[in-house]
Amino acid sequence: MSATVQKTDPAPAAGDERSARSFVDLVFRARELSIGGALVLLILCTWIANPGFLDDQGVEDLLLNSSILVLLAVGQSVVVITRNIDLSVGSVVGLTAFACGDFVSGTDHSAFVVVLLGIALGTACGLVSGLLVSFGKVPALVVTLGMLYVIQGLDYWWAGGEQINAANLPDDVLSLGTGDVLGIPYLPLITAAVLAGTAYYLRSYTGGRELYAIGSNPEAARLAGIPIRRRVLGAYAFSGAIAGFAGALWLARFGTVVADAANGWELTVVSAVVVGGVAITGGVGSVWGAALGAALLTTIGSALVVLKVSSFWQQAITGVLLLAAITTDRIVQRRTTSALRKRRRP
Amino acid sequence: MPTATVLTMTEVPVLAARGLSKSFGAVRALQDVSLTLHAGEAHALAGENGAGKSTLIKILAGVHRPDAGRLLLDDAPVSFHGPADARDAGIAVIYQEPTLFPDLSIAENIFMGRQPRRTLRRIDRASVHDATAALMRRLGVDLGPDRPARGLSIADQQIVEIAKALSFDARVLIMDEPTAALTGSETARLFAVVEALRAEGAAVLFISHRLEEVFRLCRRVTTLRDGRWIATDEVAALTEDDLVRRMVGRDLDELYPKQDAELGETALSVRRLTREGVFHDVSFDVRRGEIVALAGLVGAGRSEVVQAAFGVDTPDAGEVHVAGRPLRRGSPTAAMDAGVALVPEDRRQRGLVMEMSIERNIGLTGLGSLGSAGLVKRTLERGRAADWAAKLRLKYGRLTDDVGVLSGGNQQKVVLAKWLATEPSVLIVDEPTRGIDVGTKAEVHRLLSELAAGGLAVLMVSSDLPEVLGMADRVLVMHEGRLVAEIPRAEATEESVMTAATGRGAKEAAA
Repeated sequence: MSATVQKTDPAPAAGDERSARSFVDLVFRARELSIGGALVLLILCTWIANPGFLDDQGVEDLLLNSSILVLLAVGQSVVVITRNIDLSVGSVVGLTAFACGDFVSGTDHSAFVVVLLGIALGTACGLVSGLLVSFGKVPALVVTLGMLYVIQGLDYWWAGGEQINAANLPDDVLSLGTGDVLGIPYLPLITAAVLAGTAYYLRSYTGGRELYAIGSNPEAARLAGIPIRRRVLGAYAFSGAIAGFAGALWLARFGTVVADAANGWELTVVSAVVVGGVAITGGVGSVWGAALGAALLTTIGSALVVLKVSSFWQQAITGVLLLAAITTDRIVQRRTTSALRKRRRP
Repeated sequence: MPTATVLTMTEVPVLAARGLSKSFGAVRALQDVSLTLHAGEAHALAGENGAGKSTLIKILAGVHRPDAGRLLLDDAPVSFHGPADARDAGIAVIYQEPTLFPDLSIAENIFMGRQPRRTLRRIDRASVHDATAALMRRLGVDLGPDRPARGLSIADQQIVEIAKALSFDARVLIMDEPTAALTGSETARLFAVVEALRAEGAAVLFISHRLEEVFRLCRRVTTLRDGRWIATDEVAALTEDDLVRRMVGRDLDELYPKQDAELGETALSVRRLTREGVFHDVSFDVRRGEIVALAGLVGAGRSEVVQAAFGVDTPDAGEVHVAGRPLRRGSPTAAMDAGVALVPEDRRQRGLVMEMSIERNIGLTGLGSLGSAGLVKRTLERGRAADWAAKLRLKYGRLTDDVGVLSGGNQQKVVLAKWLATEPSVLIVDEPTRGIDVGTKAEVHRLLSELAAGGLAVLMVSSDLPEVLGMADRVLVMHEGRLVAEIPRAEATEESVMTAATGRGAKEAAA
């Protein structure tokens, strides 16, 4: 919770203001709380049904499995907040994972170089999408769908049926995927750091707030003198960089990479973001929520495996969650609007 | 309360515009317009809707770039590359329709793009909050800084916009009809704040359709008509009639050629129509041969009512009858079949398909009758278009030209033709003359008047007060989603309509 406001406002309406504020806070936090609650409940139930789910190996698997999706959800949120979308992330992960693998196979480059290469490649892809959306004024859905196929095609052509084998990768790169600090694997630590940094930027920096402003009302953003094109370009570059980073991590984690790695992930990522409360119409939501959404979707997948339920159900459940999330958003928005209206003029 | 500040006209103006011109496509919005604003001066900008006031303001605000002419700030040429440049130069603009971010807090709305920073360039949230609270106290309103802008009334949204302008101590404050949606006490408070700013040396450019405000608040007035500069006068040397003549440029009778018509039976009957949170319990009748105006402030819910009556939106409760028979809710097709036509407010977005030809646009409403078995006969379509183009005196090159190349007034005629071609018995027009030139405006008025005289029932939503008074047999006034007054033609005056529209009538009655 944020700090209280006692020191600031001695106006007679302070009490009313505080109640309005806590009410609004509650509404916006309700999403994160309920997703978090659902996640905890899911883990508990699965654990009761099969105690093996939460042994050391189980916890580590859970953390590792969700890391990359959570990371991608963070990048995607930043784009979705501006009332845009990036459907190319799945193929960017595939391309960078393969490219990084191709680059380091049989060499002894360090993990750092690989990560740097992944980020650079991803940023380049993000910049192309971003330029077309912001300066070319082409709808984001079409641009990034096009980029999805272009990058995928490039990836297949490059791979030509070959695959990257873990045996050829330098140990330093592989240790990025397997190593840990005090028992916690690197991957979730990296993801947590990116998540916290992005959340802080979105909350406390002018650029971050402007992303929300653009998504909330583009026309007002223009009149407020916000550099819309530059911000949207930046959001795509960030999403691309994150996807490239995720590609490098994918290589480190799995070692063996085929050309269609992460194929189709873009829709899972978008689902996670929306389930986590980032409005697809922009301006609303937090990366924390998106991260929880991603964690929930991954955990459902793992839980179904543990419970020996057919994996067909995973997609159906994802779909139901997505529909439920979008419907709740609409209802909650309508309710808050009318509640806020009443608050001012009873 | 006019203050005795003496200004010498030789002093350097804070902001001056010289010979500005601006065109949008084929429409010449501004031609060779000049304006000077001095420190400590309240200056009014007068002109009818479509006279070019908004375009001029948007150039001063850095939103549009002029095609010709230049801007001088403290006598030095400036060019604004965007709204941020104008803001940095100390120019604050309060638009007629507030432009807020609904999902962000009031404090964020006020400081967006120029938040105070602390170490590491982070936003200083505490001082944003405190500064907003201080601004709200200065304005005397109890809006919490952390409350989101979503759900604020139009008046409160205006307050936030004004707070935004105050927050950077604007040297030039431009207000586009700021009082249009405010109540009497809110207006008084606004004027007190503006007067204080002006006394501190800010230049104020003020647009209002309420002439008494112009005369009370301003020292000079610049009049625009059809995008051209007409005059800049000392307010003290002018009467209201003088100003109206400068704005209109012709006698009112000529602009509003209202014929007396025989009233027939009830054609449209709206009963207790309600859409939660938008409008409540709206009932009225329109008879054949009658022109009924629906007046009120922006955001009062007028357009929403006619859209619900026509079935574009589905009402939560209430009924609509056409010629005595109930209309199926939420179905524009049913309304059209019953003989109702709606000419929408926004012709570019809702009235026309801009990339389609004139003849195809006119043909859109009658595709079923322009051929058989689902095929459209081009010759029938063209015949109908040519017919209506002649009747409405449309100025066009060829009927196959895109509608987008026509001027605003002629586009409006195409929309009218498209709907009149359905031979309706009830015609609903929403802001029929917004943003079109005076000549075409008079033609549209003549047409509406003739149609009514021919037995058509006309329901007209209009924010243009002279149009309402000049055209309507009866004026219905809405305020905050409710029908608050019904005024017959003989009693309708600018004052009686505005009193009802601002809700003052209701409050006085309650007190």
